Amino acid sequence: MSLPELQGLLLTIITAATPLLFAALGELVTERSGVLNLGVEGMMAVGAVIGFIAGHVTGLSVVGVVASVVAGMAMAALFAVVTLVFVANQVASGLALTLFGLGLSGLIGDRYVSIPGLSLERIHIPGLTDIPLVGPLIFGEDPLVYVAVALAIAVSWFLFSTRAGLIVRATGDNHVSAHALGYDVIRVRFLAVIFGGACAGLAGGYLSIVYSTQWIPNMTAGRGWIAIALVVFGTWLPGRVVVGAVLFGAISILQLNAQGYGVSLPPQFLNALPYLTTVVVLVIISRNRTLLRVNTPACLGQAFVPDR
Amino acid sequence: MRIELIRRPQRSARMAVLSPLIAIALTVVAGFVIFAANGVDPVGALYVYFIEKLTAWWSIQDLIVKMTPLILIGVGLSLSYLSNTWNIGAEGQLAAGAIAGSVLPIYFPDWGGPLVVTLMLLMGILGGMAYGAIPALLKTRFGTNEILTSLMLVYVADLVLDWVARGPWRNPAGYNFPNSRQFSDNQLLPVIAGQHVTVATVIALVVAVAAWFLLGKTLTGFRIRVLGEAPRAGAFAGFSRNRMVLVAFLISGGLAGLAGICEVAGPLGQLRISVSPGYGFTAIIVAFLGRLNPLGVIVASFVLGLSYLGGEGIQSTYHLSDQIARVFQGMLLFFVLACDTMIFYRVRIVSTRRAPPPAAEAVRESA
Repeated sequence: MSLPELQGLLLTIITAATPLLFAALGELVTERSGVLNLGVEGMMAVGAVIGFIAGHVTGLSVVGVVASVVAGMAMAALFAVVTLVFVANQVASGLALTLFGLGLSGLIGDRYVSIPGLSLERIHIPGLTDIPLVGPLIFGEDPLVYVAVALAIAVSWFLFSTRAGLIVRATGDNHVSAHALGYDVIRVRFLAVIFGGACAGLAGGYLSIVYSTQWIPNMTAGRGWIAIALVVFGTWLPGRVVVGAVLFGAISILQLNAQGYGVSLPPQFLNALPYLTTVVVLVIISRNRTLLRVNTPACLGQAFVPDR
Repeated sequence: MRIELIRRPQRSARMAVLSPLIAIALTVVAGFVIFAANGVDPVGALYVYFIEKLTAWWSIQDLIVKMTPLILIGVGLSLSYLSNTWNIGAEGQLAAGAIAGSVLPIYFPDWGGPLVVTLMLLMGILGGMAYGAIPALLKTRFGTNEILTSLMLVYVADLVLDWVARGPWRNPAGYNFPNSRQFSDNQLLPVIAGQHVTVATVIALVVAVAAWFLLGKTLTGFRIRVLGEAPRAGAFAGFSRNRMVLVAFLISGGLAGLAGICEVAGPLGQLRISVSPGYGFTAIIVAFLGRLNPLGVIVASFVLGLSYLGGEGIQSTYHLSDQIARVFQGMLLFFVLACDTMIFYRVRIVSTRRAPPPAAEAVRESA
């Protein structure tokens, strides 16, 4: 493999990993507060279509990105009301959000299928970006890649080095104690869910604005679910989630390129690879129970109704 | 303003009946808004969506055809969810059943008759069971989250189905269409009414009644409910949680597989790259709307079956995407889940501004 080929491969791997990272970081914060939101796929789908349309209409990809974030937040708010105010079952509500979001994206995006969209310019710093191989990888990505990396660092810092982060984790680990200490459990969780929605929406926007620069139905293709699996894979730690996202980005890109490398399996088997890998990885992680038990939010998925 | 929940001393039987109805009413209201927002006459669209298909015999047949897999899968998922086992991969188990059940007619095109059809159904059930057993065993052996694994396996099953229908099982005389050979008449389920309603509908109804009996009248049913509602009590009573996970997946997977082969050996008449418009996912809504009660599932499948037909009607009359059906289905599940709160809680709206502190209230009451 020549140097430009390797460079291209690594660049696409990072582009494939970025949406997974956004969505997984959002879900990580949500789950750390004790809420299991299985609607990531639906929030991503709506973020993708709204982001695409907003960018298409205004001609500004920045507007598209912001719109996708807002759309994800709106979807998450719906979930938050149902599960936090009306204490509905979180698993079922998350599925409802996914079904609703996929349907809604199909309905809204019907007239925008395969219209060429905008894209986001990769940054270019004269001198630095021109260094062979490392230059484009470190100094020549699209701006959102840097946002994703910054977000991973920020989430880690927030959760483990700030008072607010401690409250979020306390809410997730023992909502009764957090409530007794005077923290508003519902409010903390509401904000965490909305943050998760913003990230999932951004992940969707990244798909339609940067990754494929067009909108096609069901373009999320299970990435929302893989993002949820990544949170488990990363045992609720942002650093490990970054590793997982790059790993899955690599698998999905290698699978796309496998035929070029002379692998003569039917394409369906290669397409199944990311999903099968998810299963295998989940099994490997869940075999190590202590690793999971240390970091799993103890109240994950449990509804909370304050006593008075 | 704030919404406050007050736990009822016991579950409200009245609300248990009312809440699905309220949910459906709210869905209709939301549908009104969505149609209006899309520039479509909302009253006309709601008529097309919910009523029109009930006015002609051919579309009622269609409704029964759509209800049948929803009942089969919904009953299985109800049992699974009651036991607190989250099988959300029924769509994949359906595909597995469709593939496994098609082995006989594909490899032995000359075989036919009631015995072969029965074997096809059994193989469909086994295919669904085997595929459902994967997440179950991963859960019981390694503690792997069954929600994620069962869902991931849906994508895998759909890809395998795509492969067999395009690849090894494609009809050699089929002009390269990604379908298997058309099954011959004696490899199909007998039609019992109209052109499309097969014996599968009867099977689905029998399954629902049998499941209702199992749940309400047998020890297995009791175990399912205890392990679902009070896992610790179940453990003290010596009920095995692991066994229940496996049983729940085998039942729900088997029924999804049965639904799959019934589609192939019924309305479709051949194996295709896609054998279901998301029945496995819609059945999740059916299960919840039916209050996880097998008989309730029958009623719920009527509503969700209608939502599919309504989506088609809207597409042909108003040229909106038929994805509107999934929007309605998702909304309905949201409303059902939110309304279910009223069974266990009284919902009170308190104004935050003028509410006196609770201590003052207590003093006044005692005085």
